[in-house]
Amino acid sequence: MKKLFTKLALAGAMLGLSLSAAQADPLKVGFVYLTNPGDHGWTYAHEVGRQELQAHFGDKVETSYVENVPEGPDAARVIRELAAQGNKVIFTTSFGYMDPTIRVAKEYPNVHFDHITGYKRSANVATGNIRFYEGRYVQGVVAGLTTKSNKIGYLGAFPIPEVIQGINSFARGLRSVNKDATIKVVWVNSWYDPVKESDAAKVLIAEGADVLAQHTDSPAMLQTAEKAGVKGFGQSSDMHKFAPNAQLFSSVNNWGPYYIEQVQKVMDGEWSTGEGPDHWAGNTWKGIGDDFLVLTEFKNMPADVAKAATAARDGIAKGSLNIFEGPMMDNQGNAILKSGEVLDDGGLWAMNYYVEGVEGKIPN
Amino acid sequence: MIDELLLTVLLTSVPLILAATGELVAEKSGVLNLGVEGMMLMGAVAAFGAALVSGSPYLGIISGGLAGIATAAVFALFTLGLATNQVATGLALTIFGTGLSGLIGAPLVGQAIEGLPEFHIAVLAQIPVLGAAFKLDIMAYGCILMVSLTAWFLASTRAGLILRSVGVNHDSAHALGYPVLVIRSLAVLFGGFMAGLGGAYLPLVLTPHWAEGMTAGRGWIALALVVFASWRPWRLVAGAILFGGVTIMQLAGQAKGWTIPPQFLSMLPYLATIFVLVFISSRGRNYFGAPAHLGRVFHPTR
Repeated sequence: MKKLFTKLALAGAMLGLSLSAAQADPLKVGFVYLTNPGDHGWTYAHEVGRQELQAHFGDKVETSYVENVPEGPDAARVIRELAAQGNKVIFTTSFGYMDPTIRVAKEYPNVHFDHITGYKRSANVATGNIRFYEGRYVQGVVAGLTTKSNKIGYLGAFPIPEVIQGINSFARGLRSVNKDATIKVVWVNSWYDPVKESDAAKVLIAEGADVLAQHTDSPAMLQTAEKAGVKGFGQSSDMHKFAPNAQLFSSVNNWGPYYIEQVQKVMDGEWSTGEGPDHWAGNTWKGIGDDFLVLTEFKNMPADVAKAATAARDGIAKGSLNIFEGPMMDNQGNAILKSGEVLDDGGLWAMNYYVEGVEGKIPN
Repeated sequence: MIDELLLTVLLTSVPLILAATGELVAEKSGVLNLGVEGMMLMGAVAAFGAALVSGSPYLGIISGGLAGIATAAVFALFTLGLATNQVATGLALTIFGTGLSGLIGAPLVGQAIEGLPEFHIAVLAQIPVLGAAFKLDIMAYGCILMVSLTAWFLASTRAGLILRSVGVNHDSAHALGYPVLVIRSLAVLFGGFMAGLGGAYLPLVLTPHWAEGMTAGRGWIALALVVFASWRPWRLVAGAILFGGVTIMQLAGQAKGWTIPPQFLSMLPYLATIFVLVFISSRGRNYFGAPAHLGRVFHPTR
């Protein structure tokens, strides 16, 4: 059924493009979206970025997008279609578009592809990502100073490296201020299922958790927290409207600067993907320090907690605070890092353990 | 602790019971409407929109039901009026409802409402553990009332008998002079009404916001439940609570640190449905009350 939508969307996009082709040649930039921008989460953040890109360059660029593109063989068809329509820069905005992007990029060597959150690169495929986990460290600090029960509830979508990174970063922040607090992780097995997210939140609250964090996309968890009188953190966009008394703060994904930077490079002829596949060169991975990740106002917490949160945020931004710096133990008591050692980017993507402070085991 | 979990199970079951009860009546009349998911979404968006604009969640309940009826009317027009294939039309209705609700709901994204208040029934709500069943909202109580009425209607009234006879053999019912298409249309509209209410329950009670596709497959679970319950209203309630119970159990199990893989528990309800299906086909459809003319297109002979 999504095929039909894709076709309709493409037909619509083609119509729109052919109508405006009469103007002087703007640089065409295409986007592939996983869901639709109305999800108020992941795709919404990309749509905001696309609009910033359009506003920044005005009529020098012409952007378009295809929404609701399933990850898989269909994605390749949509990406190819965008390339065939003359888009010179194509952003594919979900992890699952990685292989299709690489495949289509071979067929269109003159098009600049940019895959979001992936790790495979080629001569004309760059990758971009946000250090989401940095915001989670600050969440951990706030949670550790806020909790009374010393039980933190954490909703995970799927046990993939990005989510594990987030949990571990949260735990590092938590344990930096509160040695007694622990994290209970519940996997929802979905990125987006408001009712199930709300159910999981209720279960965690029944288990005694008084601060909740989420790595799923809907505001359902915060609404549940608001009703139950506990605290929580928003995801991807500011959710204080849904939980005026419960949201401590939210980490907002800010893609605009990345899109502008990459398109500027294409215009200046400086766009590059580094040395080729599977290298860190050609990958942009920035966080709080570069405003790729923005934390909303610290609310619903005493001034001293907000102060500690600000200090952690600024420390990460300046680079004076390193989240994964030894000594670091996993939750089975094995040493991961010795004192003075620092986890590199490769190590971050290879996390298959929980650090101290997280209960249980990663499901396999 | 246990009563909180029980309450969560009951709340999760309500939209399933509502939507499945409507589908059960439609199927009993011989119409298979696979558009439950689409009708639920239309109900959800209408309920949220009405509650947001008017400030009254009660108005939300009404518009949710009406939106469900309107969506079902499209289905009735095609499958009954124009005798199209029910399976294809039902799937199309789900796509239609998903898309249209997203379009209508686009300006509603990012808004929040109060939601329905809880009504604690005095004394009964004080009972330990089971008291959870008396700490619900008006829609949840209404849901049990609707199931009772449906069970009574189908089993004990003349109109219910006629509706069932249309589902068992539309040609015989037609020969006896019953208006097959009118009866089926009413059953389909009732199905739409209940699916709309089921959808409305999400933004009005469970998660007081609107987001595209927020039912996340609950319409399909409702369809499975009807088969699971072998077309009997009270079994359907038991089935919905079982579905809800397994969902909550796997979440609670993780929080408690049980070692059963959550994926296994998530799978259980569907596994149970498959077993019931196998069981039904081994004993013959009629034995379990499956309407013999379910999904068949009716062409009046004269």
